[in-house]
Amino acid sequence: MALFTLQDISVAYNKQNILKDFNLEIEKGKLVSLLGPSGCGKTTTLRLIAGFLQANEGKFLFKDKDYTKVPVNKRNFGFVFQNYALFPHLSIFDNIAFGLRLRKISKSEIEKRVMNVLEIVNLKGFEKRYPQELSGGQKQRVAIARALVIEPDILLFDEPLSNLDANLRVNMRVEIRRIQQELGITTVYVSHDQEECFSISDQVAIMNKGVIEQLSDPASIYKYPETKFVADFIGFKNFIDFDKRVDHEDKIELSKSGYVFVIQKDAQMINLSGKIGAIRPDDLLIRAKDISEVVSENSISGRVKVSTYLGRSFQYVVETPIGDFTVNKEMTESYRAGQEIVLEIPRNQMVLVD
Amino acid sequence: MQEKNRGLALFTFLVFLFLLGPLLIISVTSFEGGNILKFPPEEFSLRWYENIFNVEMFLISFKTSILVSLAGNLLALLLGVPAAYALSRFDFKGKTIINAFFVSPILVPGIVLGFAFLRYIVGTYQLPIYAALFVGHTVIMLPFIIRVISSSLSNFDFSIEEAAESLGASKVGTFFTVVLPNIKSGILAAVMIAFLESFNNVDISVYMTGPGVSTFPIQMLTYVENYFDPTISAISVLLMIITAFFMFIVERLMGLSYFTKR
Repeated sequence: MALFTLQDISVAYNKQNILKDFNLEIEKGKLVSLLGPSGCGKTTTLRLIAGFLQANEGKFLFKDKDYTKVPVNKRNFGFVFQNYALFPHLSIFDNIAFGLRLRKISKSEIEKRVMNVLEIVNLKGFEKRYPQELSGGQKQRVAIARALVIEPDILLFDEPLSNLDANLRVNMRVEIRRIQQELGITTVYVSHDQEECFSISDQVAIMNKGVIEQLSDPASIYKYPETKFVADFIGFKNFIDFDKRVDHEDKIELSKSGYVFVIQKDAQMINLSGKIGAIRPDDLLIRAKDISEVVSENSISGRVKVSTYLGRSFQYVVETPIGDFTVNKEMTESYRAGQEIVLEIPRNQMVLVD
Repeated sequence: MQEKNRGLALFTFLVFLFLLGPLLIISVTSFEGGNILKFPPEEFSLRWYENIFNVEMFLISFKTSILVSLAGNLLALLLGVPAAYALSRFDFKGKTIINAFFVSPILVPGIVLGFAFLRYIVGTYQLPIYAALFVGHTVIMLPFIIRVISSSLSNFDFSIEEAAESLGASKVGTFFTVVLPNIKSGILAAVMIAFLESFNNVDISVYMTGPGVSTFPIQMLTYVENYFDPTISAISVLLMIITAFFMFIVERLMGLSYFTKR
């Protein structure tokens, strides 16, 4: 059963719709991320759940109760900010104890709970320091501790790692996932970093222009994007807009300008209606063309337009009769610009999207 | 290059001499032993410093000044803190106009403002002189309070407010537990700058003082008109020390950057 539900929510700002008829259900104990480019409405959604923002239309249900008009300070949701938002005039102990003091909890109980949460975030011994004395990673741990200690019903993260450097980001996201699973706390996590979301989430919602394009577990999204936007967002660089599609028992035959491609039918492939083929640059096969070669199934000949050195591999932009393709190929051999080559799309590497 | 720097140093020295020279001379004359203000002094004495405390009108007007400045300061704070907060925190229609309106007393010449107060506060509304002084000084202090506190709030991260609210604090509670403690030094600086502005004010006070009621600077003017002894020099030195001390504290609290900013 869903712990909370956003029902037909609309949010407009300066007469511009940020969210329109938005629906989202989140189950208890799950970590769900909202992922998307800036301006897609992910932060708006999060702020709406927190109560910082009121929807123009729609309802927010929490445990089947109408929470739409409940003010922020009565919701008992923890919020972790991108810029930490620690209270600069309070020590780490007092920062964390802030929410507990408002709940009229006894002094000894506050002490116990603050110490306990400091241990969870690995910051024992820091209670007397002030926020200015901590590094970015430590500050974010304090912010998480402060949100955790009130035993919130939902924990909300707004791009919590984007101010940290790359190494720390990886450590912190593992940490966040560990804490979330240990405490079994329902969490909504907003980020624009795909790897970050995929690595820690039970479910990922890919958002675009105020709409969820796809909501499912990370592996399914990675392998079977349903829409062109999702496919593009997670790295399917190449798209073929087919003219014709013929379904067979175990395969689908697609054609564009007379070139025919076959893809394997897969039980997990959810979207069977699309006519746009999507394939990652890493999954395309490229080889030099022999003069006498007759191009076989699922292949098309073309010419290298641009060759870029990426370190571990080369990236080629290949011109073909049905459009340009981007291909990554490990460095064993390189092709020059202008060279004739053959591209092959393996039967099981292309997906169909709307 | 070296040559140029030496020229610049000389120029700077001359400017400082021009600015500070008169103050230096005043300071020196305050130690005069004789009865008449002159430079250079003939003998050294502290008797004119002593004399300040023997002139009753100085003591009375000093009390008046302190009272008016402190009371006006309090009212200006009660009006200025919410105003500065609203102007920094929210975007609303007419914000720039309201901002300009709040600082307008700085832009209008004091002598004009004073006349306007005389005409309306004392003339039309028939307020007693003390009340007129109190209102007048509140109005002079308000722009300084608003500007200094706004500048302090411009460094304030308002997501802290949201953090407090998400932890269970009400809007009012958040203001007192999170916002106020973080702009404490700005408020203190604002109080001091406003206090100096009010305490040293002549052009507005001069309209609103009358028989029996006088502020300290006005009393100094009256004294100079009648006596030629170095008491005024001695007072000037004390005022300079007080002002310098206040400004030192303001500088410690939030830097003097507010004077150059915006």
